[in-house]
Amino acid sequence: MPEIALEMKNIIKRFPLVVANDKVNFKVYKGEIHALVGENGAGKSTLMSILYGLYQADSGQIFVNEKKVKIANPNVAINLKIGMVHQHFMLVPPLTITENIILGMEPIKSKLFVDIEKASNRVKEIAETLNFKIEPNTKIENISVGIQQRVEIIKVLYRGAEILVMDEPTAVLTPQEVEELFEILRELKKEGKTIIFITHKLNEVKALSDRITVMRGGKVVGVKNTEDTNQEEIANMMVGRKVLLEVDKKEHKFGKTVLKVNKLNALNSKKLPALKEISFEIREGEILGIAGVEGNGQTELVEVITGLRPASGGKILLYDKDITNYSPRSIREDKIAHIPEDRRKRGIILEFTVAENLILGNHYRSPFSKGLNLNFTAINKHANNLIKNFDIRPSDKENLLKSLSGGNQQKVIVARELYGEPKLLIAAQPTRGLDVGSIEFVHRQILKERDKGKAILLISADLEEILSLSDRIAVIYEGKIVKILDPKKTDEKELGLLMTGSTANKKLLKVK
Amino acid sequence: MKSIRKFDYYVLLEKITPLIAVIFALLVGAIVIKLIGEDPIFVYKTLFSNAIGNRDGWGNVLFRATPLIFTGLAVAFAFRCGLFNIGGEGQVYIGTFLATWVGFTFTNLPAFILIPLCILTAAAGGALWAAIPGILKAKKGVHEVIVTIMMNWIAASLTFFLVLKFKAPPTEAMEAAGVKQMIPHTREIAEAARLPRLYTILKTLNIDFPSYNQVNVSFFIAIAAAVLVYYILWKTNLGYEIRAVGYNPLAAEYGGISVGKNIILAMMISGALAGLVGTNEVMGFKYRWRQELFTNLGFNGIAVALLGKNHPLGVVLAAILFGILNYGGAIVNIYTEGRIPRELIMVLQAVIVIFVVISDEVVKRLIKQRRKVV
Repeated sequence: MPEIALEMKNIIKRFPLVVANDKVNFKVYKGEIHALVGENGAGKSTLMSILYGLYQADSGQIFVNEKKVKIANPNVAINLKIGMVHQHFMLVPPLTITENIILGMEPIKSKLFVDIEKASNRVKEIAETLNFKIEPNTKIENISVGIQQRVEIIKVLYRGAEILVMDEPTAVLTPQEVEELFEILRELKKEGKTIIFITHKLNEVKALSDRITVMRGGKVVGVKNTEDTNQEEIANMMVGRKVLLEVDKKEHKFGKTVLKVNKLNALNSKKLPALKEISFEIREGEILGIAGVEGNGQTELVEVITGLRPASGGKILLYDKDITNYSPRSIREDKIAHIPEDRRKRGIILEFTVAENLILGNHYRSPFSKGLNLNFTAINKHANNLIKNFDIRPSDKENLLKSLSGGNQQKVIVARELYGEPKLLIAAQPTRGLDVGSIEFVHRQILKERDKGKAILLISADLEEILSLSDRIAVIYEGKIVKILDPKKTDEKELGLLMTGSTANKKLLKVK
Repeated sequence: MKSIRKFDYYVLLEKITPLIAVIFALLVGAIVIKLIGEDPIFVYKTLFSNAIGNRDGWGNVLFRATPLIFTGLAVAFAFRCGLFNIGGEGQVYIGTFLATWVGFTFTNLPAFILIPLCILTAAAGGALWAAIPGILKAKKGVHEVIVTIMMNWIAASLTFFLVLKFKAPPTEAMEAAGVKQMIPHTREIAEAARLPRLYTILKTLNIDFPSYNQVNVSFFIAIAAAVLVYYILWKTNLGYEIRAVGYNPLAAEYGGISVGKNIILAMMISGALAGLVGTNEVMGFKYRWRQELFTNLGFNGIAVALLGKNHPLGVVLAAILFGILNYGGAIVNIYTEGRIPRELIMVLQAVIVIFVVISDEVVKRLIKQRRKVV
């Protein structure tokens, strides 16, 4: 039997509304990469927060290296050589890499000064053992997200961690960066470190982990050796029912051109060019996927088409009607629906009820308004219908949106936007932050609209989503469409390279 | 996930935080009274029994509550659109002065025209004054707090200029005694522009009510305004848009709602509500404009709105509470021969506001803590 690095026994953690951890048993062997998977709200993060001392369990025991411990706060965890890399990085942008890493435990020289040199050398040392290339004196604000994550990993190692908890580390990375991260984690494993990897991306689990613990509804529903299982089985365990992982997409003929974007230019919020001569078309029954690293003009593109941002040049035609720089309201009236990329910021009003959110954009029109007055009979009927058809939970239309889960908030948006038979649906990051069940639901809705002959513009940072849903893929880089590809004739690697500005060269890839 | 129905209790708690705040404030007040060397129970008993123990007391309370309902509604309405209108003071000035001007200028109009005209002028004056910060905010992004504060001073100076322009001629008695006006004031408004006092109405119903009591029909206008505010905010699509802009302007914009238009409209409605203070102060009480710099009605409206949780019903109740404290405080001052100063009431009001803010925040954190399901 391998040595046990960590064991959590019968952990119970209650919050007033839910039992977040219900008699959870969790065991990790020394030197393994252990995937902890489950949908949002399954209790993974709560469990890890208890391990890191951010929460106290109501009952249960924790053993580190087979010794019973009590972890009252993160300092205790750090002393037990437990390190956590958070999903959202905890770095200070104007400070250098070294300064960030030593923050809170600076080496001192002459009793008064920070020994930056010593620290830098130590940072370099750690980086070299992992084959990182970093420049310890660069400021955080000048490095990419992928490198920032490495800094977080070094920070944890600098504090002597033997057990590393990685909370959804790939959420912010490009495919190339994900591959690099996996290399690093494998290297750490070779050095005997133990890694707990929280995720809900199943392909990553399969590619990286040795063993898998699956959680659902606060309970552990299964522990598997990665080689003895497959993605379908894990997905079913996570959701508690059969899930369709592969999207079922029928071949069909495309109809007339719905949206034609011609040499579109626009500025970003800093008044710099964000879109440069963008041109494309979407036909009836077609999904055009826009692939790209975030911040390359996707946000601006959607905003210009929906009237939220002025175009500085070019034309947008909807069925030959010029709608360039129309107001958001008249563009909605022309039946362009929009699932916004940041749902909490744009898509919903958290303090409004479900019923109120379901009429946003149509609130001033019949049947929801009669003259100046809102028509509550129609509003309530509409809400009840959509809640039923889209299975929005809880099903009370008077609930405030802020009390709904992310998945159900997204269902509210999808339900609202699909109402009224849009001609064009713009779906920006439609499944971001959603769990497997909700992702499946949103994908099915998008495909249903496609099969009904609607044109769909899909923007996503998730390449898997782009590849599986799109009929054509346009890659955007620095505000330009670099290439339009057929999803059947491309893969994540090629897209990843195009997205980062390199011209795709498949031969080169193979040599590597 | 197992659900435990404990949550509604906190929602209820969130709704009644003002009540908790008032109780705590009264306790603090009791300590202060004790420190002054008086008996808190006697003081509070005197305060409340005189303020709400008889009809005359109620009349005085409602008379004092009326302008606070208007300015409280003004602050609450703007707040629903995400705006902090602290220019109630200036809007009160302009609305009231214009209504007075109409009242003493068109003296040959009949009451059924002149009264509505004066009311509308009061509202229009406030709306006009509030439109300026609204437009600046909507078009140029200038913060409404800065602009409304400055507009208060402009309004004060402007009305001061105007009152000197329209100064009433000295009366015969004054001329004989050789006195000049102490505080500048205008001529009285026409009889036909005056709102009836409540006692004239109650008299016809054979209800006993002192004729010197100043409560007048303006109180009913205030209640009507509160109902109207409720109706606009929650029953019309304009209210839907205003609240959408207040909660999340980006989502409102996404939903095809013009953020700028609603900001201007919300400011104007807010200003109109503040302007209506003139119906009580001039049309129902003094019948003329007297220059008294900053009556603080606009600022007290902020406290009233805060205590009333920006809801029309809450605003009415909070204004009545402030009316009770104001009137009862004055009575206590007399009963204790000045040992309990009227300023105690100001302290109480301030403590209430502080406790509302604190208890709001405490309950919010409690709920957040309970709701935290990572």
